[in-house]
Amino acid sequence: MEIKLDFGGGAEVLFDNIKKRDLTLDSSKKWTIRTFLQYMKENLLTDREELFLQGECVRPGILVLINDTDWELLGELDYEIQPNDNISFISTLHGG
Amino acid sequence: MALSNEEIKRYSRQIIVPNIGVKGQLKLKESKVIVIGAGGLGCPVISQLSGAGIGTIGILDYDTVDLTNLHRQLLHTVNDINCEKVKSVERNIKERNPNVNVITYNVLLNSSNALNILSSYDIVVDATDNVPTRFLLNDACVLLKKPLVSGSALQLEGQITVYNYNKGPCYRCIFPKPPPAETIQNCSDAGVISPVTSLIASLQSMEVLKIILNHDNVLTEKLLIYDAADVSFRKIKLRGRNPSCEVCGDNPTIKELIDYEQFCGTCAEDKNPNLKILKHDQRMTVQEYANMKEEHLLIDVRSPNEFEICHLKDAINLPIKTIQSGKTDVKLVNDMKLKQVIFVCRRGNDSQIASKYFSEKFNIQSKDIIGGLYEWNNSIDKEFPIY
Repeated sequence: MEIKLDFGGGAEVLFDNIKKRDLTLDSSKKWTIRTFLQYMKENLLTDREELFLQGECVRPGILVLINDTDWELLGELDYEIQPNDNISFISTLHGG
Repeated sequence: MALSNEEIKRYSRQIIVPNIGVKGQLKLKESKVIVIGAGGLGCPVISQLSGAGIGTIGILDYDTVDLTNLHRQLLHTVNDINCEKVKSVERNIKERNPNVNVITYNVLLNSSNALNILSSYDIVVDATDNVPTRFLLNDACVLLKKPLVSGSALQLEGQITVYNYNKGPCYRCIFPKPPPAETIQNCSDAGVISPVTSLIASLQSMEVLKIILNHDNVLTEKLLIYDAADVSFRKIKLRGRNPSCEVCGDNPTIKELIDYEQFCGTCAEDKNPNLKILKHDQRMTVQEYANMKEEHLLIDVRSPNEFEICHLKDAINLPIKTIQSGKTDVKLVNDMKLKQVIFVCRRGNDSQIASKYFSEKFNIQSKDIIGGLYEWNNSIDKEFPIY
């Protein structure tokens, strides 16, 4: 299953500073955001875990989007990832 | 209330815009907007809103003008350095549009003054630079039932949305908890660029005007993200108001303002605190370093861009990010085991983190320079550039 992953607001620095990725996930199993976060932790995260995750969830201050929609509207951790989904992790900015 | 001939002429180019008209211009004249922060976002917002003929503009900023502000905070001049930001901004408005009633507040917004100050305005613009003030403004706006036009910018990205408007979500609905203090990047550490702040500020100004003009498509329940690197705008759909939100929900638990610095674990300013991680005997003063004769390895843990601006003689650059992600070159680690190691950074915070890291991971005993390059400039070499 092909999906797109992107980062913004500085969240990319936790993932080798790469802002956009095309990923192929094992189609033989069901993927939720919960399992995908573990996949990201094990395969993509290059910085310290606590800067990205708190427990099994994303830490406060990072918005998770599925196809440009807040994950809260789509079931958060339980959302089942579909082919060609675009999943985004956007760190909120505070400067000015 | 009516428009004078001078006002008709002054605002004629915007009055003839179909969505505004004389009625719209009168609404602008009757409205009261307060801008919190007279910096990179605040300057363009204040400039545009005063130009557009907002009747009363409040400006709140506790800070004074610094040379590092001038590249993006375009209402201040070299003559304003060390003077109150609110003063230069007020002067600038008066010179361009004396019709505007300007009220300045040279104070740090806090839980005891916020409700009193904000209550006399219709709309609040968040042009601040730190997390505690963003939570404070949100809660105050919810308690006072005022829309909050919120913008932020860092490096090549900016974000803007309107909170607490037309039954939409507040900041806490989206962000119930503050981010961990160590993940927060500010302008003085991470950098910020004028076109980005100015663009986000322009979008904020436009949303303020749309709210006043009762436009039916205000940027609420959506976040607009600008990325200069991609030349992209993304408008993302946010969750709606959260009925169990602690401040704007159906049964709120926050009914008065709290201590936001404590809640967020950070200061309500973008200046950096002095960390105390190492013991006194694990550190050295700039004088001790200046007099040091023994062979040693001086490691500067700032970013490569900062290292390029200036560095001490014989310093080598090993950014704190590289250290923390465990990517320090093995040869360098071996070299560090053989020599006396001194860490330095801009102010003496990251150098302590680096020293502690190598002590714990590799049992390398090192020292760091108290106060970093700032202190080097202050006490040893006035010609050494600081930024």
